Amino acid sequence: MPKDHGIGAPIRRREDLRFLTGSGRYTDDINLPGQAHVHFLRSDVAHGRIKRLGTGAAAAMDGVIRIFTARDFENVGGLPCGWQITSRDGNPMAEPKHPILAEGKVRHVGEIIAAVIAETPEQARDAAEAIEVEIEELPAVIDMAAALGEGAPKVHDDLPSNLCFDWGLVEENREKVDEAIRNAPHVVTLELVNQRLAPNAMEPRVAIGDYDKATDEHTLYTTSQNPHVIRLLMGAFVLGIPEHKLRVVAPDVGGGFGSKIFHYAEEAFCTYAAKVVGRPVKWTSSRSEAFMSDAQGRDHVTKIELALDEEGHFLALRSETLANMGAYLSTFAPAVPTWLHGTLMAGTYRTPLIYVNVKAVFTNTVPVDAYRGAGRPEATFQLERVIDKAARELGMDPVEIRRRNFINPDQFPYETPVALVYDTGNYHATLEKLEELADLEGFEARRQESAARGKLRGLGINCYIEACGIAPSNLVGQLGARAGLYDSATVRVNPTGSITVHTGVHSHGQSHETTFPQVIAEMIGIPEDQIEIVHGDTANSPMGMGTYGSRSIAVGGSAMVRATEKIIAKAKKIAAHLLEASEGDIELKDGKFTVKGTDREVAWADVTLAAYVPHNYPLEELEPGLEETSFYDPANFTFPSGAYACEVEVDPETGKVEVCSFVAVDDFGNVINPMVVDGQVHGGLAQGIGQALLEQCVYDENGQLVTASYMDYAMPRADDLPSFTVDHSCQTPCTHNPLGVKGCGEAGAIGSPPTIVNAVIDALQRGGIEVDHIDMPLTPVRVWSAIRAAS
Amino acid sequence: MYAFEFVKPKTVEEAVAALREGEAKVLAGGQTLIPTLKQRLAAPEKLVSLAGVEGLRGIRTGDGVVEIGAGTTHAVIARELAGAVPALAALAGDIGDPAVRNRGTIGGSLANNDPSADWPAAVLGLGATVVTDRREIAADDFFQGLFTTALEEDEIITAVRFPMPKTAAYAKFDQPASRFALVGVFVARLDGNVRVAVTGASENGVFRWQAAEAALGADFAPAAVEALAPPPAEEMISDLHGAGDYRAHLVKVMTKRAVAACG
Ligand SMILES: Cc1cc2nc3c(=O)[nH]c(=O)nc-3n(C[C@H](O)[C@H](O)[C@H](O)COP(=O)(O)OP(=O)(O)OC[C@H]3O[C@@H](n4cnc5c(N)ncnc54)[C@H](O)[C@@H]3O)c2cc1C
Repeated sequence: MPKDHGIGAPIRRREDLRFLTGSGRYTDDINLPGQAHVHFLRSDVAHGRIKRLGTGAAAAMDGVIRIFTARDFENVGGLPCGWQITSRDGNPMAEPKHPILAEGKVRHVGEIIAAVIAETPEQARDAAEAIEVEIEELPAVIDMAAALGEGAPKVHDDLPSNLCFDWGLVEENREKVDEAIRNAPHVVTLELVNQRLAPNAMEPRVAIGDYDKATDEHTLYTTSQNPHVIRLLMGAFVLGIPEHKLRVVAPDVGGGFGSKIFHYAEEAFCTYAAKVVGRPVKWTSSRSEAFMSDAQGRDHVTKIELALDEEGHFLALRSETLANMGAYLSTFAPAVPTWLHGTLMAGTYRTPLIYVNVKAVFTNTVPVDAYRGAGRPEATFQLERVIDKAARELGMDPVEIRRRNFINPDQFPYETPVALVYDTGNYHATLEKLEELADLEGFEARRQESAARGKLRGLGINCYIEACGIAPSNLVGQLGARAGLYDSATVRVNPTGSITVHTGVHSHGQSHETTFPQVIAEMIGIPEDQIEIVHGDTANSPMGMGTYGSRSIAVGGSAMVRATEKIIAKAKKIAAHLLEASEGDIELKDGKFTVKGTDREVAWADVTLAAYVPHNYPLEELEPGLEETSFYDPANFTFPSGAYACEVEVDPETGKVEVCSFVAVDDFGNVINPMVVDGQVHGGLAQGIGQALLEQCVYDENGQLVTASYMDYAMPRADDLPSFTVDHSCQTPCTHNPLGVKGCGEAGAIGSPPTIVNAVIDALQRGGIEVDHIDMPLTPVRVWSAIRAAS
Repeated sequence: MYAFEFVKPKTVEEAVAALREGEAKVLAGGQTLIPTLKQRLAAPEKLVSLAGVEGLRGIRTGDGVVEIGAGTTHAVIARELAGAVPALAALAGDIGDPAVRNRGTIGGSLANNDPSADWPAAVLGLGATVVTDRREIAADDFFQGLFTTALEEDEIITAVRFPMPKTAAYAKFDQPASRFALVGVFVARLDGNVRVAVTGASENGVFRWQAAEAALGADFAPAAVEALAPPPAEEMISDLHGAGDYRAHLVKVMTKRAVAACG
């Protein structure tokens, strides 16, 4: 029998009632009295000099309130970048200004040139179409290698080149790694692309700026994963508004996948313009705008080399990547290909020597930033692909080569050669569980059955690790982060015993409103429905860094535990007073305080009432009230890991790949709500399989986005996916946070792409077709072309 | 969307009259037209809705023909023809998603003549007749290239008349993003001849693959197609989802599969 309450219970999502009945309150549902609408005129060329903007005729059109161009933003800062990377030569990264509205030049399709505020969205759009735009088109730089070439056109005229930074990890190991690779008996090399993706949250972005002249207070309603971060960045760096005069509200948010972490131009615009025009200003992105203005993900081109001995032991690894930044640095862009990517190159293996080099490049494309997994999918993909290739070249079983190189359970804490210390894990256990659930033994029979139908069946394996719960503030500070990465919670116990938790993390699909109460319910022994989670408003939650990197339960949840511990400690004092016992003898269980070894007890609600109606209360020693805040700064990252397997069928005539089965065995440490965790894994797998088989952002040589709508950008649909088998029974609890949790939001998206690609390559190889690698997405035409080229 | 006038006539004659005044367009299911308007890619002054026009919906079978009213939705066709002409029902049932199928109409699809749409393959593959307010147009004359048909500006399709085939099948290979046909092949065995119509593939829209018709006329079996060279790659559409050679190859593969499905 599964538990029906507290930690580990698969209780139903409390959010679903409002979301499934259409009664959520998203940003676009908010309409303020007197609100005006903005339409952004966006560049339709990727690179050009703005010669003239004729706004006269447009300004005279019906309903137009005001038209803004870059000139109106001369006193406003650019969008800040939250992470500074230092190049191998010791220089800081190139950090060009990221203006709210294009200044002089446009640098990607979709960049904002002008903004029209009008009474209705249609009037704003009509007037935007009437603006006369003269742009002298310049040659666009799209391909990263070409962008770094001699004489390439420059995205930013004031920079020496299109190179943003050239980063190494660990620089001191560079020569040792080179030497080990030179001397190794086997070196396996793979060149691969981790393609650019559009995040495609179901809810497009929305921003509403509001200004109260009477109080001089600004409010921004926005689709954000982290309202406090937006308030800090926009207030301090862009608009110069102090925090006490700026409130940022992120109500129900319909998915983010990273794309709603960042501070965007539209947010700053609406906040600023609301004061200028004296009216609330609203913007709702269309899906077309989302394709060219939401930060995109991935876009790495990599060469990886793995050196092995005769027995298949990994000796050294070298990875060299070109990472696309797009035209400007988005908020956390530089962290993704560096500290969130290079540090993961050890994987679950004992590889003693590793060197990672990343060159980040500016191109005339939409900025790139964190997208579900952020750096770890790119690391996992190259590592797990090259290991598969090594197994094939050495004639080893892909399961065996991995097992042979695993970090052993008795080696924790394990310090990798790329700057991380894994606290705990058991990779053998997850792999064993996988072998059992995926019925690897039965594969050959299934392959023959497929062959009888003319299909090539393949098996793909992958053992990933990732780093979640970002992260110790002092560590990330040394690595270039310009913010701390703690999180916070205020636990407010109400007089009759119900609890309101104000948390600094934000839920936009993660189910915090369901799972966070389970933790407190477990600690105190009261029902979940007595506990409410409040988030998403800087006015009513303590400063927190928000939700991304699977950090909510590990960091925000830990803060909540700490605050609840303080509550319990104080409540015990009150209970001791009421029971006339000593504090040390008081126990809390099932919502009751008892005196150890007696039947004397007082209920939770009687204690909380005493705290607020302190008639019989130790006022001389204890303040009344029961409300505590904690800020939790993690001691380390958490390290979820897992073993995945899938089987695919390739139709050799058409190149179409069908995913027949997918088994995901994850070690997330302790699990608060297994049903919610299943859902997070399912979603991650769907997105990862989407990347492997379907999704890609494609720019043509002029920088036009070819995949600018769902007619060409292929999203995974239910029938592209098999019914998943997911398991999280292998649990090595995190050693350094109070819940022993690791985080589960991104694992599926990290582990699945290499699993799928490994399976397709396996299918072709078993079919006698010598194909080493196909770049994602493995669309029918790509698979067919690879088959044809090989035969 | 730009502003437009909206009229809802009751008869075909009234609809044609309304089309003749000003820059007007027919609105059927709106599954193509409405997105176009929303993206501001068209700006008609007036929309003439067919929703209230009598006699445009429904399916009649008999005398070796199936006549489908132009305003019949894909969903109704998928449901009601499953027994009589399974190939047409299956084709209709694989268009878009339930919302699209319950709004979109066969008439709208034919008038639009998207080079990747499914209905043109069935109409050409069966040698159907397109019936309008003023005449009957043979399928071979109706389709005239990308988004171009024999229809006059003010002409309204009222029905499509299909001959009942001995056997027929449609094999569609989905474009992965839109799920329109990357290549769709409709094969039909009629009295005395075989017709093979291909959608999705050609730069000139739906076409008959005559080499395959001849080969299948002699020997109605997948092997007859196997022996053929695919149609010329340079006449095929080339895009992100497949270059000309891939589409040409798929024409052959899908033709074989359609023949096999005919049983
Ligand atoms: C998400 C999505 C997926 C789709 N997938 C597919 C697919 O897989 N395969 C496929 O084939 N199609 C697909 N479609 C298109 C769909 O089939 C449309 O319904 C169809 O193309 C147009 O029919 P309609 O009734 O909606 O026409 P409308 O959009 O109303 O009109 C389309 C055009 O035809 C004209 N017109 C309409 N009716 C008549 C008439 N009786 N006489 C003269 N002119 C007329 C209109 O003036 C307009 O120019 C898809 C559409 C969407 C939105």
